[in-house]
Order: sequence, then structure tokens, then C-alpha cells
Amino acid sequence: MSETLTAPTAVKIVIAGGFGAGKTTMVGSVSEIVPLRTEEVLTEASAGVDDLAGIEEKNTTTVALDFGRITINQQLVLYLFGTPGQDRFWFMWNELARGAIGAVVIVDTRRIEASFPAIDFFESRGIPFIVTVNQFDGSIPYGAEEVRHALDIDDEVPVVVSDARNREAAKNALVELIEYSIRRLDETEGEAGAGDGEPVDSEVPAAQ
Amino acid sequence: MAREDDVWLDEAAGPLVRPYAMTRGRTRPTSPELDMVTQVVTARRGTTDRSGLSVEHLDILELCKRPLSIAEVASYLDVPLVVGKVLVGDLIERGDLIAGSASSRTAEMPNRKLLQAVLDGVRRL
Repeated sequence: MSETLTAPTAVKIVIAGGFGAGKTTMVGSVSEIVPLRTEEVLTEASAGVDDLAGIEEKNTTTVALDFGRITINQQLVLYLFGTPGQDRFWFMWNELARGAIGAVVIVDTRRIEASFPAIDFFESRGIPFIVTVNQFDGSIPYGAEEVRHALDIDDEVPVVVSDARNREAAKNALVELIEYSIRRLDETEGEAGAGDGEPVDSEVPAAQ
Repeated sequence: MAREDDVWLDEAAGPLVRPYAMTRGRTRPTSPELDMVTQVVTARRGTTDRSGLSVEHLDILELCKRPLSIAEVASYLDVPLVVGKVLVGDLIERGDLIAGSASSRTAEMPNRKLLQAVLDGVRRL
């Protein structure tokens, strides 16, 4: 009974979409903390550089990431990370997406093309994502199917009408994504002939 | 994106104090690979000699009396993520901080049971 202190397991969901689409708003709607901001320092050489001590001016910049937290139980925490808005920070998206449950891509129907890069990113990497159509005051109320058509995404990708400001709507979007991720996982395991499923993992925290 | 209280004068000028000064030029933690959501918690029986620790290190030990992600640590300390990782890595190496098993430490998707637990939790919100 000495020190068996353990830290919880953490998982994350990525919230993506164009600038001003409502990413941080959605994080704030469901997070138990006021969304936090962290910054990553980038250099021109960025990845793969071990020692930057000698590198001089003008080659660093920062990428801000807004994120929130949902404590599922004592052993399990979910983080929601908003992607940086600028497309030039793609490599930051790689760390964000690594090991993520999936992504919610928020679409603003006034600027639907702003969501294309995010959709391409998750599609090409096989990361599960859903699309939420954010209802703004004054936005044209396109239906989910119209948006699906405009985005040219696969039939099985869930498209839901949502409101980033609304906690219940934001929560439902997360539920939709996690359910979709589970379906995707089950399909993959079926294909692999795993049959009886349930991978053995002693470290999985149980739901309360 | 920049906040008013930012140490950055403007993008071209660069920071007044380079973040790496805090880590003595290091940009990679020495301990196992740390993800932005890796949970860390202060060890109850960490080393008692704290003379080699910086103010930031001590702040982290104070903050992490309850488990926090590295992203949260960096955010509360107002340091870039990479600096947070290095500092946390120092403390893990000393045995002052314990790191949890972030599923994202690997490139693997969380498994079925984990996803179900997250789903149940989010539904309860």
C-alpha cells in the first residue's frame, strides 16, 4: 500500500473548421473549464530539430491552440482541441490528430469552402470525422443533405445540424462522433477477422 | 491571435526572452515521449532535494498535485507546449512526477472499451 499513484488516461477529440466557424465556442459549451490556450513554438525547420540554441531571429512563430476538458471519471479525461485556423500549420494538426478519437468539422454555410482543408486532412488520413452545420443568426439554413452534397463526402459520414453555442447540441455532436468512431472500429475489426472483438487491455478505465 | 499581455512584440521581432532559455536550449524532453494530453501527477515521495529545480519546475509540482495534462500545465504556466514538455520531462526523470498512460502516446486509435467509456461519460453530461 505504498505509492501506487496513477495518472488518468487521456483521450482527445479535435474540433476543426474554418476561421470563425465556432470552434472555440463549441469547446466552451461542453468544457468543464474555461477554454485554455496553449502555444506551440514553430521554427522554419520545425520538426526534427533537436537543438535550437543557435538559431537566430525571424524563424519562430507560434500556433495558438484552444482546448477544453471533460472529466469522464477519475481515470479518464477527454480533451477537446480546436485546430489552429491557418492552413500553414498543418504539421501541428498531425500531433493533434495522433491518437484522437476523431474530429468534428464545423461548417459555416456562409463560407463552406473554409472547411475543405480540414475534411481533406481527416479523409486522407482515415481519421473518423463528422460534420456539423453551425446555425448562425442570418445564415442560410441549408439542410444536412445539401451540405453533404456540397462537401462531396461519403454517405456514412454523419452530417448534423448544430449550434456551437448550445451545450446540448455540442454534446450531441460529440456523441455522434464517438458512436461513428465505434462503428468504424467495429467494421475494421470485422474486416480483419477479429471476430470476438474486445481487444485485451488491462489499462482501460471502466465507466462509472 | 496574439494576446495583449504577450511577450511577443510582433512576429518579426521574435520574443524578448526566448522560451528555450528556460530549457537551456533543449526542445525535446529526455524522458519517454510525451503527448500534449499525457497526464502527469506529482509523486508523493519525490526527491526531497529541490535545489536543482527552477521556479517553473516548482510551479509544475505544485500544479500537479492533481493530475493535469501537459497542455494544461503549459497553459497555466503560460509557456509554449514544447517548453512544458521539456520541463515535465525533467521532473519525470527525477521521479518527482508520474506520467499516465495517454492512449495517444502511440499512433493507435483508442480501443473499443475506452471509446465506450468516453461515450457513456459524454452522454451523462
